[in-house]
Amino acid sequence: MDIRIRHIHKSFTGFPALVDVNLDIRSGELIALLGPSGSGKTTLLRVIAGLEFPDYGTILFGAEDMARKPVRERRVGFVFQHYALFKHMSVLDNIAFGLRVQPRSLRPGEAQIRRKTVELLDLVQLGGLEQRYPHQLSGGQKQRVALARALAIEPRVLLLDEPFGALDAKVRKDLRRWLRELHDRTGYTTVFVTHDQEEALELADRVVIMNRGCLEQVGTVDEVYEHPRTPFVFDFLGGTNVLDAEMRGRMVFLRGAEQPLVTDIIHPDGPADLYVRPGDLRLADPGSPGIEVHVSAVQRTGPIIRASAEILANGTGVSIELPHLHHDAARFQAGATLRLRMMQFCVYPRAVAAHAHPITDAPEPTAAESRGRTRA
Amino acid sequence: MRPQIDHSLLDPPKLPFEPLIQRNAVITEQPWVRWILTAGALAFLMAFLLLPLVAVFTEALRGGFKLYWESLKEPDALVAIRLTLTVAAIAVPLNLVFGVAAAWAVTKFEFRGKFFLITLIDLPFSVSPVVSGLIYVLMFGAQGWFGPWLAAHDIHIIFAVPGIVLATVFVTFPFIARELIPLMQEQGTDDEQAALSLGANGWQAFWYVTVPNIKWGLLYGVLLCNARAMGEFGAVSVVSGHIRGETNTMPLHVEILYNEYNFAAAFAVASLLAGLALVTLALKSFLEARHGAELSAAHRH
Repeated sequence: MDIRIRHIHKSFTGFPALVDVNLDIRSGELIALLGPSGSGKTTLLRVIAGLEFPDYGTILFGAEDMARKPVRERRVGFVFQHYALFKHMSVLDNIAFGLRVQPRSLRPGEAQIRRKTVELLDLVQLGGLEQRYPHQLSGGQKQRVALARALAIEPRVLLLDEPFGALDAKVRKDLRRWLRELHDRTGYTTVFVTHDQEEALELADRVVIMNRGCLEQVGTVDEVYEHPRTPFVFDFLGGTNVLDAEMRGRMVFLRGAEQPLVTDIIHPDGPADLYVRPGDLRLADPGSPGIEVHVSAVQRTGPIIRASAEILANGTGVSIELPHLHHDAARFQAGATLRLRMMQFCVYPRAVAAHAHPITDAPEPTAAESRGRTRA
Repeated sequence: MRPQIDHSLLDPPKLPFEPLIQRNAVITEQPWVRWILTAGALAFLMAFLLLPLVAVFTEALRGGFKLYWESLKEPDALVAIRLTLTVAAIAVPLNLVFGVAAAWAVTKFEFRGKFFLITLIDLPFSVSPVVSGLIYVLMFGAQGWFGPWLAAHDIHIIFAVPGIVLATVFVTFPFIARELIPLMQEQGTDDEQAALSLGANGWQAFWYVTVPNIKWGLLYGVLLCNARAMGEFGAVSVVSGHIRGETNTMPLHVEILYNEYNFAAAFAVASLLAGLALVTLALKSFLEARHGAELSAAHRH
């Protein structure tokens, strides 16, 4: 079922939770709503479900506007972070609930309900547990039951609110992998909310990154990771170094540096921020331009070597990550002076925090997060 | 190669058996300290809870079983018993409906004036029962606001059964609502929202999801409410008018008999009241024992 969300606004007693949200969800797509807490991602999911109503705007399921319809008329499968299984009902009764509350004229017979329930239990790989009660299940099993219960009504869209939020790390990882397989097999249009960028990038076809009630960027995993449209997106998707820079005559200069670092024909002259991930810094070839740094500390965490360094030109700290088997790893020693190159980076002019790269397949930009340089 | 384990399919871990008595450095004191504290607590319980109960029954049976039976069989006593049961039978179901509705409204919805409503629910707890009774006299009494109108239409509220019922409903209102509100607040609205998203209507969500979730709290509230409805003295005393054989409830009847130095009869009726309280407690314990597994399941997460 195609879902088109147009100009959705929602505020809670003066606090704007969603500001002019526009989003197209394609049929059969697995899409992640990603953002920090308070970004409006859960509100958007609940607005799609009909558990909250927008102040204005339309939500089209196919051609039908659902924005004013209550949740029970939308036929959405909603899975809660804390499962919300009915504690006094067996697994079987939980899954059958959506079928049993249908009006008598539409309700399938008890034998058919039972057959379907057992089928769904097999689908979520919990065959044989139909007589158990929720308190006899582990977290992973509960979330599978919750999913089977939502699927029982053959929903037009499956909505998952932080579905892995309450689970242990290992369970979370396995459930994630299984959910991806299930989606590939069943093809339900699925929207899930998460604040974990790794989860979003691993599981979703497309990622919607939200901040302060606005969509910062919508795109495939590659698009948002390789071409973050705003500093906020860049920062949110992983470790970030923010370097003080300046645009002069189509060249990027680090503050205090005499030599230009790279050419850039997109941005106008003026102060800018240079965003580069710790893992995208490598040793520069002799003779080519680079960032001169003084390495202050080196630490190894598992398969990754992390180095902290200071830029000689202006004293800004940067962090660098490289795999421990990398051929340059030995040269990262505390006290060494090295020249680094950036394998990937983004330039954001400081006056107007605007696009790093023009992106075509995305709705009009919204006011972006100003300076987010918390993560180093 | 070891087969891959899917951790999201594993059963919950079996928790080790927890012994009934746990020794723990934090809570373990010297034996003599424990003995003294335990003995003190027991002595207090005996003196203040068990002894009065025993006293009521011994006093009641002091004159022998025949006298005991005579004082209960006496017509005024029978009327008092019937009236008390009738009042409880009306007040408890009314407060069941009001209490559930109030708790439902307070915990599942957001609305203006919610805080005021919560305060209002507590009002009967904070107001002296005598004042509660006087409020009804002020409103429905012969000189009250609605007095002339009621008199003109020959409706009797004060010094009649309706007044007693009203006063009892007022005084016992908070019991069920107060029992349910914290429980329902803790449970949140996820379960109801899940039911609605699965296509249930409001009534189905209420009957199939909310009521099973709150049934134990509800039962407890009903029992407490019932105990108080049968035992209420202050408010009922003000509105009943103490007409023997007509508007005397059991607690009022006990007082009258006592004031007339008819101790045997007073204690006989009192023992009946105490007996009703014991039956209430026994009923609650029985249900807890019978459905204990379910009860603890509902509290496990």
